[in-house]
Amino acid sequence: MALKIGADAPAFELKNVDGNTVSLESLKDGASALAIVFSCNHCPYVLAWEDRLIQIARDYAGEGVRFALINANDPVKYPADSFPQMQSRAQLKSYPFPYLHDETQEVARAYGAERTPEVFLFDASGKLVYHGAPDDNYDNPLNVKKYYLREALDAVLAGGTPPVAETPPVGCTIKWK
Amino acid sequence: MKIEFLYSEDCPSHAPALERLRDLLEQEDLQADLRIVRVETDEQAQSLCFPGSPTIRVDGQDIDPEGTTANPVGLSCRVYRTSDGRFTPLPPEDLVLQALRRAAGRQTSD
Repeated sequence: MALKIGADAPAFELKNVDGNTVSLESLKDGASALAIVFSCNHCPYVLAWEDRLIQIARDYAGEGVRFALINANDPVKYPADSFPQMQSRAQLKSYPFPYLHDETQEVARAYGAERTPEVFLFDASGKLVYHGAPDDNYDNPLNVKKYYLREALDAVLAGGTPPVAETPPVGCTIKWK
Repeated sequence: MKIEFLYSEDCPSHAPALERLRDLLEQEDLQADLRIVRVETDEQAQSLCFPGSPTIRVDGQDIDPEGTTANPVGLSCRVYRTSDGRFTPLPPEDLVLQALRRAAGRQTSD
């Protein structure tokens, strides 16, 4: 079961595509908000939302918002989600955020993540304030009516609470070992 | 016209994809023998050469034959590309429409 709104972010230390280890604490340190997004390479929902997430990360970076993507998929069943392929994807798309490898899948289980992409947004105190999909239209960015993640970020940065705290995550299932 | 609609439950785009297919059949005033196949196991995916969910075959021909090489056989969600280059899990309307019109012997834009 996924984290409940108001829950603390479970700690982790994971390998980033640049070879360095990234911890939750280092991501939270000084951040006005932190978006943890369970993601992967092969999923069409991830690919459909990828540019939008990159843009959101860039748009909010100046306001102290941090992002990290975590891939927990089993690379044996899905070779496109292997660590070398993660490195290639991050380089190809010039990811403006860490892309972390949850090799044991323990972090995905701790968060209760089930899909890719699945967003967990934490406020400056590390409490979960939004969980779900990035917006309401994976198929076409021009047809989005509800910008869940952007609206949640705007609310958090204004010192309030998101107008929508939870939406069903929409995407591929995480590929468990 | 025979249409196979293959899907796996894990990929949520199958419902809107089936709705899109039915809408286009109605729009084009076409009758089809529509067979809906739920793919549940890797073995079934292999035996059906299933390149991901959803997959639509019209008279045995995939609506996006080139896309089948980009998607490995298995219980994944299938990646489609729109005409303007975007990725989507939903079979693009123009691909479905062209496949239907081709099978019906009607002129297509491709």
